[in-house]
Amino acid sequence: MSDIVLEIKNLTRRFGAFTAVDALTLSVNAGEVFGLLSSNGAGKTTTIKMLTTLLPPTSGEACVAGFSITNQAVGVRRAIGYVPQAVSVDGSLTGYENLLIFAKLYDLPRRERPARIAEALEFMNLTADGGRMVGEYSGGMVRRLEIAQATLHRPKVLFLDEPTVGLDPIARDAVWKHLVDLRANYGTTLFFTTHYLEEAETHCDRMAIMHKGKVAALGSCKELEASLGSGHTLNDVFVHYAGSALDSGNNFRAVSAERATAERLG
Amino acid sequence: MNATSIRPLTGFIEKTFVITEFELRKLRHDFTELVTRALQPALWLLIFGQVFSRSGMMHTGNIPYLDFIAPGILAQSVLFVAIFFGINVIWERDLGIVQKFLASPTPRAALVLGKGFSAGIRTLSQGVIVYILSLLLGVKLNWSPLALFNVLIIVVLAATLFSTFSLIIACIVKTRERFMGVGQVLTMPLFFASNAIYPTDIMPGWLKVISHLNPLTYVVDALRTCMLAGSTSVFGLSLDYVVILFTTTILVFLGARLYPRLAT
Repeated sequence: MSDIVLEIKNLTRRFGAFTAVDALTLSVNAGEVFGLLSSNGAGKTTTIKMLTTLLPPTSGEACVAGFSITNQAVGVRRAIGYVPQAVSVDGSLTGYENLLIFAKLYDLPRRERPARIAEALEFMNLTADGGRMVGEYSGGMVRRLEIAQATLHRPKVLFLDEPTVGLDPIARDAVWKHLVDLRANYGTTLFFTTHYLEEAETHCDRMAIMHKGKVAALGSCKELEASLGSGHTLNDVFVHYAGSALDSGNNFRAVSAERATAERLG
Repeated sequence: MNATSIRPLTGFIEKTFVITEFELRKLRHDFTELVTRALQPALWLLIFGQVFSRSGMMHTGNIPYLDFIAPGILAQSVLFVAIFFGINVIWERDLGIVQKFLASPTPRAALVLGKGFSAGIRTLSQGVIVYILSLLLGVKLNWSPLALFNVLIIVVLAATLFSTFSLIIACIVKTRERFMGVGQVLTMPLFFASNAIYPTDIMPGWLKVISHLNPLTYVVDALRTCMLAGSTSVFGLSLDYVVILFTTTILVFLGARLYPRLAT
């Protein structure tokens, strides 16, 4: 039994009369790759925002790396890395500068900074591009830089909101290759949301399918498929637990945000 | 004991300057905006200033009208640039940059104040332009190092004050369209209800009261005192500083409370 690095208990968030996340309870082990699957509007992003302390929960609690999100927010922030769905590096700076600013914000000692930044760039296969303006990067390079930026301080848990949205299949594979390496080398726990089922199938140790703010199913891909009897695919599992195929339920804001991200990365 | 009690403060100052550095590094890569910004004060001083100076309608005591408005135009150009600063914050929100900064352990007030300082340093270029034009127009400037240093500090503080005000508006309205609307509505009243281009003595009573509540009035008074040779302060330079610093502190505190709303 490995250590639990993320423990969520009855986490709830309401927006007016609408309950975006409804008594969410689950735990994630250290070093695990955990995927949160749902169609848009089912509470994935709200969940990530609460776990990264960007949004206070209405009720319930979660502990990230031993720190409570409700009253130890700064401890949580030191222990995590976060790659939002939208582009989070600055296009009017070089890759190196983007990393330098975050090295300073996370208190990496001055003497260690150059080596850590060089290592992060190399790890994400961006060494040759560190001095270029990020505005000239391809979409895949931007995502890799964002991951480098979010992991400079070696977080225990890395939260990624739709990390491969808007990327072509080759860039998507490259991003995942680096994420898998990150776990192998530093033991980083990966908690990510996606609505690409094949991505969840290939990379997740375990996943949760969310439907209307609740966990509808939880387990490894094989366990979930077996839960419906033999011969079922993850797609069948999704339709069974989430009540519909993946693409339904998108609202205007989600669609336009996603397209804008795709456009910036593309 | 001392080391631990001092650390949060040094950490806060350090983080504030990291944020300022982040903003200024962007400027280093593209400084065209510094050039385009110089145009507005030039128009006000060369056209508006010249015309009203000839009209002889403004009674500005023992200093010529052009001298009178030079500091006013500097304050005005700082205000006009700073008041639209919030649009950048909304842009950063539409990207994921605000979210990433807020998910880092950086104190919220350092995020807000660091951005404010960067706006302050950006507006220094306008100070240079106003000084050059004033020199060409024969304005009697005070060149003592202490006076110049005061002008520099006042410009940075004023830009910090109004850009933080702008950031607060951005946190409340959240969209670019609404922000532009509110920005337009606020700029002119702040400008006209101040002593920037006419003395408060000639204002009707109600406007005079408003102008005394307007921080821009104290910025202009402080600039006028320090920039011009032989000009005396209406309120006293220390009262000007107290009002500017106090307002900035309140706004940074408010901004730090509201800034996380951008990530939700």
